[in-house]
Amino acid sequence: MTHGYPVTFARSKPNDSNSASLAYVRRLDWVLIAAGGALSVIGALLVWSATRQWQIDRGLDPSGFLKKHVLDFCIGVVLGWVVSRFNYRLLRAYTPILYVLSLLGLIAVLSPLGGTINGSHAWIILPGGFTVQPSEFAKLAIILGMSMILAEKRDAENIPHHRDIIIAGTIAAVCVGLIMLQPDLGSTLVIISMVIGIIAVSGASSRWVAGLLIAVVFAGFGAVQFGFLKPHQVNRLVAFADPKADPSGIGYNSQQARIAIGSGGMWGTGLFKGPQTNGRFVPEQQSDFIYSVAGEELGFAGSSVIVLLLGVILWRGTRIAFRARDLFGRLVAAGIVCWFGFQAFENIGMNLGIMPVTGVPLPFVSYGGTSMFAGWLAIGLLQNVHLGSDA
Amino acid sequence: MSEKSTLRLIVLRVLMASLLVTLVGRLFYMQVVTGASYQSAAIGLRTHPILTPAVRGLILDDAGRALVSNRTSLVISVDRTTMLSKKLHGPAILTRLARALSTTYAALYDRLQLCGTKGAKKPPICWNGSPYQPIPIAKDVTPKLALQIMEHRADFPGVSADVETIRAYPAPYGVNAAHILGYLGPVTQSELTAQANQKLPAASQLQRTDLVGRSGLESKYDTLLRGFPGLKKVIVNRAGIVTGIASTTAATPGDYLVTNIDARLQAVVEQQLLAAIYRGRSQSDKTGVHFKADSGAAVVLDVKTGAVLAMASYPTYDPNLWVGGITTAELKQLLDPANGEPLTSRAMQGGYPPGSTFKISSAAAALKAGISETDAIPCPSSLQIGNRYFSNFESESYGPIPLSQAIVVSCDTVFYKIAYDNWLRDGGNHPIAHPNDYLINMSLAFGFGRKTGIDLPSESSGRIETRALLASTYKNMKDIYCSRAKNGYPEVAKTDPTRAAYLKAVASDNCANGALYRGGDAVNFAIGQGGTLATPLQLAVAFSAVANGGTLYAPQVGKGALKSDGSVAAIFAPKVVGHLPITAGQIGYLQSAMRGVVTSGTASGVFSNFPLGTIPVAGKTGTAQMPGTMQPTSWFASFAPADNPQYAVVVMVSQGDTGAGTSAPSVRGIYEALFGVTGMSVNPKNAIFPLGHPIAALPKISGTGVSEIAPGANPTGSASPSPSSGLVAVPFLGLVGWLARLRRRRVVPS
Repeated sequence: MTHGYPVTFARSKPNDSNSASLAYVRRLDWVLIAAGGALSVIGALLVWSATRQWQIDRGLDPSGFLKKHVLDFCIGVVLGWVVSRFNYRLLRAYTPILYVLSLLGLIAVLSPLGGTINGSHAWIILPGGFTVQPSEFAKLAIILGMSMILAEKRDAENIPHHRDIIIAGTIAAVCVGLIMLQPDLGSTLVIISMVIGIIAVSGASSRWVAGLLIAVVFAGFGAVQFGFLKPHQVNRLVAFADPKADPSGIGYNSQQARIAIGSGGMWGTGLFKGPQTNGRFVPEQQSDFIYSVAGEELGFAGSSVIVLLLGVILWRGTRIAFRARDLFGRLVAAGIVCWFGFQAFENIGMNLGIMPVTGVPLPFVSYGGTSMFAGWLAIGLLQNVHLGSDA
Repeated sequence: MSEKSTLRLIVLRVLMASLLVTLVGRLFYMQVVTGASYQSAAIGLRTHPILTPAVRGLILDDAGRALVSNRTSLVISVDRTTMLSKKLHGPAILTRLARALSTTYAALYDRLQLCGTKGAKKPPICWNGSPYQPIPIAKDVTPKLALQIMEHRADFPGVSADVETIRAYPAPYGVNAAHILGYLGPVTQSELTAQANQKLPAASQLQRTDLVGRSGLESKYDTLLRGFPGLKKVIVNRAGIVTGIASTTAATPGDYLVTNIDARLQAVVEQQLLAAIYRGRSQSDKTGVHFKADSGAAVVLDVKTGAVLAMASYPTYDPNLWVGGITTAELKQLLDPANGEPLTSRAMQGGYPPGSTFKISSAAAALKAGISETDAIPCPSSLQIGNRYFSNFESESYGPIPLSQAIVVSCDTVFYKIAYDNWLRDGGNHPIAHPNDYLINMSLAFGFGRKTGIDLPSESSGRIETRALLASTYKNMKDIYCSRAKNGYPEVAKTDPTRAAYLKAVASDNCANGALYRGGDAVNFAIGQGGTLATPLQLAVAFSAVANGGTLYAPQVGKGALKSDGSVAAIFAPKVVGHLPITAGQIGYLQSAMRGVVTSGTASGVFSNFPLGTIPVAGKTGTAQMPGTMQPTSWFASFAPADNPQYAVVVMVSQGDTGAGTSAPSVRGIYEALFGVTGMSVNPKNAIFPLGHPIAALPKISGTGVSEIAPGANPTGSASPSPSSGLVAVPFLGLVGWLARLRRRRVVPS
């Protein structure tokens, strides 16, 4: 799974010799890259299958989505490669810049530059039909920002200062606040679990961790109770509680996805051969509901492989966290694990009807450039930590 | 880094692993454990069933001639989705189509609305079928119009001209047989509701657009004739657009129903019934008033099996009225008493006093009651019963005569005496605990007062006034009788005080003794009068029983069923429903008495030039008096050949004068056709059944539905033969082929 990874031409410094480049290549976590690459390839095939018949029916290029997706994948890999080659020490220095850029992006979304898709004002629409979802990059910025604060001057100490935790929380809260204004409930939930995960791994006292968990439960309850959620978000929750409430209305996506997945059986119908997929019964089946295509066409055998590959990424991610040279690296790796883990669980869970429908993509698999870039940037970061841990 | 941090990382790893295990577990449950239910849900989502109707089976006569067939009709259908889509210029196409069909856009638009939806008109205007099926908007259009639309397909996208099958009546030999054949009508909502509660296989279920038999054979043998529709499952996408075909099951055509009806005989019987009607109308009573002869019936049974060989009713109607839906005005015509209610089959639904034909039952009762075959019974011109005098027809008297002679000359007073004596023996006005009621019980044994069991719906039972029936009638009527007894008939008194006084006296008597079986009731009953009513079919069954030695058969129109490939699906065996409770000798006695009717009795004049030596005929005339101002009912019931009975023939004309004068000549005419009689000569080759008996075997049909004339039938005759089923469609075949060619040509755009 190394195609599109231009390692042979990698040169970050003019002075680097060929042997240094080779050492870099050898020391990369290839298992992690292979898992990410495999997911991306499976994702590309699923996106193709999900859109081929639809494009034909509309008289458009059957592989239009595929081409765009492959391009996004290539760009993502290049971005990841660049990040992996950053100097580990300089990473902390760039973090504030990255964070401010993310904030600007989130603010831009709320300005007239932003566009609304599926009831969520989460995209910046660029000329040429390109869209960027700044909340995906914000996840990276929050991970880096929080890790930087919580790892500050703490190499000899065991417990982070309350002040640091508050600052780190604030860094995340500002982003979460802006994301909630879009509103993007799915990203909010993923970020909250990420924040709790990073704070927990930082070694903060159990009271902090327990307090945060309780606060999240109360906040969630309050949001539903006092009408802070938009009607479409409440509807999604209602549909989750009772999927048969209104099969053609709010529960439709969820029910259609489960029918498609369930009908796949053990071996699936075969790629491109899913009648539910080809009939486009599941809306958004190339992005948030891509897993329904896997379920129908690849069956249990194929779709459990996707979960397995995600497991490999999480395993390598925690492995990198264990072996990280310092707390910063560990927190970055742990943050990324939380991000991928919860986002994948939320996405697949909503496809399987065990989580409410919130619009989050399945990392590496779903169609969407920003998600693909952010995924590979995260792989790049993990590689950076991985390479830094041995240095 | 702290131990706490490492510990928390382990917790994170465990947490992540458990999340993924949860997902895989759920996935396994959905796809492997409960996958089948999701699969069926998915199939239900993406396929829509479309039913292709089965071709309804033909109804054939005994020789395989089609009495009911199918013909093709050109139908213009439209695709609903196209017509309702502005994007596809549906309204413009529909407007063009309306102009071509000489109707309005609004009228066509109404036809596209689904029944039960908002703004839709009531059936049959709205569309009762699936929205994915082409909707027929014009039936029986001219080939010219169909071609015009098919030639200009670019102007009419979504419009198609198709060939549909509808019922046709080839009428071999000009037969009508409308009352036997019945008709089709649309399925009703209540039938669909009732069906929803039963768990029928899909193929047996009625569809909203189905036509079902509503009367006659079409109703009785509906399931046999209907067949099973074909099922095409089309694949649709989320937008409801058909993208392919999932499966196709061909329709199973309905079976052919073979009847015992012989078209040639039926034609003769219909002609003879009509002749009897006109004969009745040409005659006038003593006061010079012409007989109305408003209705009539004729029945021919095979006495050995109960097979209905022919059955006619007057007035009749054109069964084509029902094809393609009857209009309200037409239906009103069929039910209007002013038109003689042509929808009613007089042969099996009309109840008439049987008059003297009933004496066959009364004579059997007399023999059963112990009167010997040679006893001389006085036949005075009248007989006093209580304070009333019951007289003979035209007050004739014959002195003391045996029972057989009383049948020959139709002496009423003999039967009055028999009935009166039996009534007295049963206790008279103070009936004994278990009266013998010989006459009543014998009439029940002859099949009167109950349905014959013919395989046609809505048969009438007639009426036999038993003591029990009298009591129950009295129970219902007592209040009215007694109120009239008290208040009289002031409305009648205004114009006719004498009659009002008489009616009041009757009401008073009825109020006091209405439940009592009186001497007058018994006497009237003996000659088929009073409250006695019988259908011509019941009489034919009773005479068949006397003819065949005492067996009552349920009359059967259906003979068997053939599959559309020609194989035999069913043979309907004769059904015995009773036996006459008299000895073979007594039956022979009655038979010879009835032969006497024809040779020397009331019908001797009619059969004077008939070759009775070769074809002995036995029969009984009847001239039944009717209540009020109605003219008498004319009857002639018979069987032949009397020495080896094969056929029973009954003709009845309501308000038609005497049995001998009006009905008997038509019975004779039917026998002439049955036996090949010309003048005094008999030529079996000209007989309807040259072998001397009805055709035994089922006819053979080829796969294309064209039947061969069965052996034992007479293919030639005076009536002109008409083409059989398959030939009717021939003029259309060329056009169908042309339409198909046009369609093929348009597939490749030029």
